[in-house]
Amino acid sequence: MAQEYKLILKHADEPGYTPDIECYLRHGGYDALKKALAIQPKDLADGKKLSGAEQIREDVKVSGLRGRGGAGFSCGLKWSFVDRKSGKPIYLICNADESEPGTFKDRQIMHKDPHQLIEGMIISCFANDVKLAYIYIRGEMPEGAKILNRAIKEAHAKNFLGKNILGTGYDLEIYVHRGAGAYICGEETGLIESLEGKRPYPRIKPPYFPAILGLWMCPTIVNNVETLCNVKHIVAMGGAEFAKLGTPNNTGTRIVSLSGHVKRPGYYEIEVGKATLRELLYDKNFGGGLLDGRQLKAIIPGGSSSKVLKAGEKFKLKKKDAEGKEILVETDMLDLPYDFDSLAQAGTMSGSSAIIVMDDSVDIVKALANLSEFYAHESCGQCTPCREGSLWMNKTLQRLTHGEGRASDADYLGKIADNIPGGRTICAFGEACSWPVQSFLAKFKDEFVAKGAADEARRAKEIEAPAEHKQLESAQH
Amino acid sequence: MSFQATPELEAEVNELITHYPVKRAASLMVLHAIQEKFGWISSEAVQWTAKKLELQPINVFEILTFYPMLRQEPQGKYAIKVCRTLSCALGGAYELHHHFCEKLGLDAHKHGAQTTKDGKFTVEFVECLASCGTAPVMMVGDKFYEGVSHKKADEIVAGCK
Repeated sequence: MAQEYKLILKHADEPGYTPDIECYLRHGGYDALKKALAIQPKDLADGKKLSGAEQIREDVKVSGLRGRGGAGFSCGLKWSFVDRKSGKPIYLICNADESEPGTFKDRQIMHKDPHQLIEGMIISCFANDVKLAYIYIRGEMPEGAKILNRAIKEAHAKNFLGKNILGTGYDLEIYVHRGAGAYICGEETGLIESLEGKRPYPRIKPPYFPAILGLWMCPTIVNNVETLCNVKHIVAMGGAEFAKLGTPNNTGTRIVSLSGHVKRPGYYEIEVGKATLRELLYDKNFGGGLLDGRQLKAIIPGGSSSKVLKAGEKFKLKKKDAEGKEILVETDMLDLPYDFDSLAQAGTMSGSSAIIVMDDSVDIVKALANLSEFYAHESCGQCTPCREGSLWMNKTLQRLTHGEGRASDADYLGKIADNIPGGRTICAFGEACSWPVQSFLAKFKDEFVAKGAADEARRAKEIEAPAEHKQLESAQH
Repeated sequence: MSFQATPELEAEVNELITHYPVKRAASLMVLHAIQEKFGWISSEAVQWTAKKLELQPINVFEILTFYPMLRQEPQGKYAIKVCRTLSCALGGAYELHHHFCEKLGLDAHKHGAQTTKDGKFTVEFVECLASCGTAPVMMVGDKFYEGVSHKKADEIVAGCK
């Protein structure tokens, strides 16, 4: 039976565990930082020396850590892209703009164990020669910002931050920067623009890869909260040991945010790929099953942008047989291991590891209309296909959910959704707003058509009815 | 009072500016600071911020008009923000919003933020507040509330003196 595995959330929910530094230190806090700072240069066979910082970067590569924000990109590789020869300062930004609908894991870390994030950041900054870093936190988390500011102050007082950290000669400052309610700031180049004090219009890549031309056109690393926390554990246990957690190419743990129609919604940390969707939804350790008397209709497996999975859907999953030969195994959607690669094979993604469960009480058209309203509100408006497309999709879905639909609306929606993504927009928001529409239509089209057709039939009746009423009126006159 | 550059604000803003190698980067944090003190951001505040950060007023204004959390007009003493995105909607966010509107004499179907006539409450729908496991969730000012039943909603309103 699948179990929780608490690495990041090891202490957060323990009775008596508080977010202050003394409590963190009592639980071994900042030991990993001390270890990181003390790593001695290593001699290589070719006579070159590998600095402590370089060794940490190598170890993060070995760990196989993939970004926990949404894209699941290799953290070690991301760090390796950083332009270290430009002579410009290198910046690190912690992306704490947690706003993908369904996701609420970073909130837990920042509120309950802020020093874990700070320690992870300091180590990551040290590993990348960063002297100035920011935490970009959602504007809607004022409490989180206060907690982090307090934690930074405490870390300063203990000389884990500031000048000449623990006598090593290494300097680092971290500041908290608050967003102000715009989802697009979670997109890393939009976030950078926002931090620079501008509208968060994402930048086009190339040339504006943050690792080369990021914050103030300097090399910049943008990592998610949970990703940075993992760096602390990689240093503490070693990259190879970390890589033993989870499954190959899907290493470590992930905090899964489970919401919607289950008995026990909440956040659950698992070894990546060591629990299936079925276990996450139904096991008493996790979701505890659907509400009584309900059947599963669909799940959104990785935050609102990920493509929906329909109950009963089957996928051909690549697996290795006893002889190590690759075979295709038919797998029910509920039996998908919850990891990056399996979900990708099922045509969707584990994204920000947020599962939204919908039972048979859900009006699927209404559910999509809800998401489309979100995307219409959050498109930054920079690229026409996204700005117009997200609004048109929302308008069409609103009329479908307000009795004004047409049977042809399903096809119309599909046409719009197909014309937004695929290189027509600067950032991935175009994809993010289209994928729900495309996947809902692909899997539940009949419900959209039926709703539109019913509206048309009702309106046709209404047109006839007032006509009779008018005849009656003229007869009276 | 819509805006006044108090010594306290000056000090806070001067400190914020030191966090960034480029002054302009402080603008969002400065606007937050102003809004916290005055409740909204007036055109005087925009002018002052621009001057302080060595920018044109339009540079500040374009931020003010973009970010949903920044306000160009005063709101009620208690700002009720109900999350309306999918998980909360599945958990009864629309019913909760309706309940607030009905209780406070506002129109549940009207789009955007609404303030009661006495200026005490502003009610609005906002997008995902990142606590989907405890839906429906909401905020009153900076305070966050989870799993808000209609009974709990009534208690929250009653607690707003």
